[in-house]
Amino acid sequence: MSPDREGTTLEVDVQVAFSGFDLQVEQAIPAAGVTAVFGPSGSGKTTLLRSLLGFEAGSRGRIALNGDVWLDSEAGVDVPPHRRPVGCTFQDGRLFPHLDVAGNLRYAERRSAGASAVSITRDDVVDALDLEPLLDRRPNTLSGGERQRAALGRALLSRPRLLLLDEPLSALDRRRKAEIMPYLLALHPRFGIPTLYVSHAVDEVALLADRVLVLAEGRVQAFGGTVEVLEELDLASLTERFQAAAVLEARVSAHDDQYRLTWLDLDGQRLSVPRIEHLAVGESARLLVRSRDVSLATERPSPTSIRNVLSGVLVSLHQDEATAFAEATVDLGSHRLRARITRASAAELGLAIGSPVFALLKSVSLDTRAGR
Amino acid sequence: MNLPELGPLWLSLQLAASATVVLLVLGTPLAWWLSGTRSRLKPLVEAVTALPLVLPPTVLGFYLLLLMSPRSWLGGLWVEVTDTTLTFSFAGLLIASVVYSLPFMVQPLQAAFESLGRGPLEAAAALRASPLDAFLSVAAPLSLRGFLTAAVLTFAHTIGEFGVVLMVGGNIPGKTRVISIAIYEHVETLRYAEAHTLAAGLLLFAFVVLVFVYVFNRRLPVHVA
Repeated sequence: MSPDREGTTLEVDVQVAFSGFDLQVEQAIPAAGVTAVFGPSGSGKTTLLRSLLGFEAGSRGRIALNGDVWLDSEAGVDVPPHRRPVGCTFQDGRLFPHLDVAGNLRYAERRSAGASAVSITRDDVVDALDLEPLLDRRPNTLSGGERQRAALGRALLSRPRLLLLDEPLSALDRRRKAEIMPYLLALHPRFGIPTLYVSHAVDEVALLADRVLVLAEGRVQAFGGTVEVLEELDLASLTERFQAAAVLEARVSAHDDQYRLTWLDLDGQRLSVPRIEHLAVGESARLLVRSRDVSLATERPSPTSIRNVLSGVLVSLHQDEATAFAEATVDLGSHRLRARITRASAAELGLAIGSPVFALLKSVSLDTRAGR
Repeated sequence: MNLPELGPLWLSLQLAASATVVLLVLGTPLAWWLSGTRSRLKPLVEAVTALPLVLPPTVLGFYLLLLMSPRSWLGGLWVEVTDTTLTFSFAGLLIASVVYSLPFMVQPLQAAFESLGRGPLEAAAALRASPLDAFLSVAAPLSLRGFLTAAVLTFAHTIGEFGVVLMVGGNIPGKTRVISIAIYEHVETLRYAEAHTLAAGLLLFAFVVLVFVYVFNRRLPVHVA
């Protein structure tokens, strides 16, 4: 991980009240790496972000970064948005439609020149986000993904000390998401700006974030390292059911050139995934396994096309009486896996808490970051 | 054919151009404030701004006349400072026109600013633009159509005013005899040929201006965020 420019803390202790909704967040967040702000729609993620930016006039409490106070309602301090060294992207991009992409970048660049100790050049940004071919295009001629890239570039050129990304992928379809993801992954290692990444998608959080702040109904429900938080959380209650997933951290044990595979070691068990080019043997990779991609068996299955079978112990089985499904949690040693199976198969298999099971992984998503 | 004096036409153009410039300066901040404020005063200010739309020009002209007379505070001050009276002068006409055409500047601008929404301005603020900077660099260029509409309506409306001018300015050649007054005068004195020339000229002028505006407006990019 690249060194962060701030080795310090974002102190947040804010209350924002609307009619019918109030947000109360008190959390010291290390101003380093990527922190996901995660929760379902309506949980207050965007309100928290807007409060940090200074756009929620009703914000009370205290916000400070590295000791610089942005909000202290008791002391009567409320730094206006344009004096807060925060860069942000919005869900809808919000590029200025009367300027081309170069003009949008210049807009940010000019106003941050000399105003910030953070040194980021236009060339860096254009290079990191491949903006060169877009420079003389107008925002209304860009695709959703291109727009987000340009907006990210513009936010970086405001040379912020804190970067806030509000669901940059939410308006995009799957293919476009896959286009943007590598840029997002490369952003923090390259520029080292502490980032808050707002999202309601578990896979984005799992791949991007070092730690997660979980919001539900305007309150902090959990805060901690990504792997631990996603493991502990009852994700089913926070996300649409099909999103539930587990994050595993495995070590690269070998590359197989013949079949273009990479072998991973997970607490002594072996996994194979399509060849990871940029990770060397001994480095660790983060895997996201969706519960809908996990099947369970009580015996080690005879050869199938599924390559990855992990053995573990069933530690919980949550039956959702209203549906056909059950969510099983399998302990693998230092990791836990979730499986979404039908209640009928749970009954047929005679699954019992504490009994050994085999988890068949139909697919695994991979964090492509190097050196994590 | 008797060619009419072109003085009244020239005077009308000068008056309309001046009123438009003055109203751009005064009306823009007012419209900007109205578009963003949550003040309880807003409906009051909006009502006052819209009054010239509904009042008969004679009512407006009557009160303006009282205000500008040397016996009122404003008229008296004017006499002290300039040694001339405000009534029956170009300056008096200009003040009256500014009041009379105020809604034609403020309402289109306010609508344009309101249609921007908070998005572009928040984006500008997040990029360290101060409120004034954000207005000049984002809100104003995105509201070009609104400015064009407001300026043309103000200009055209000032050219066409009659009642207020007659009440406040009278009919002094070279000073307050604008084109609408001149046409009225020609008709009253049965010089229909001159009235025709001026009236047709004004008709043509109005038509050309409006066509120009609509063509230009279509060419201006519409900015949809």
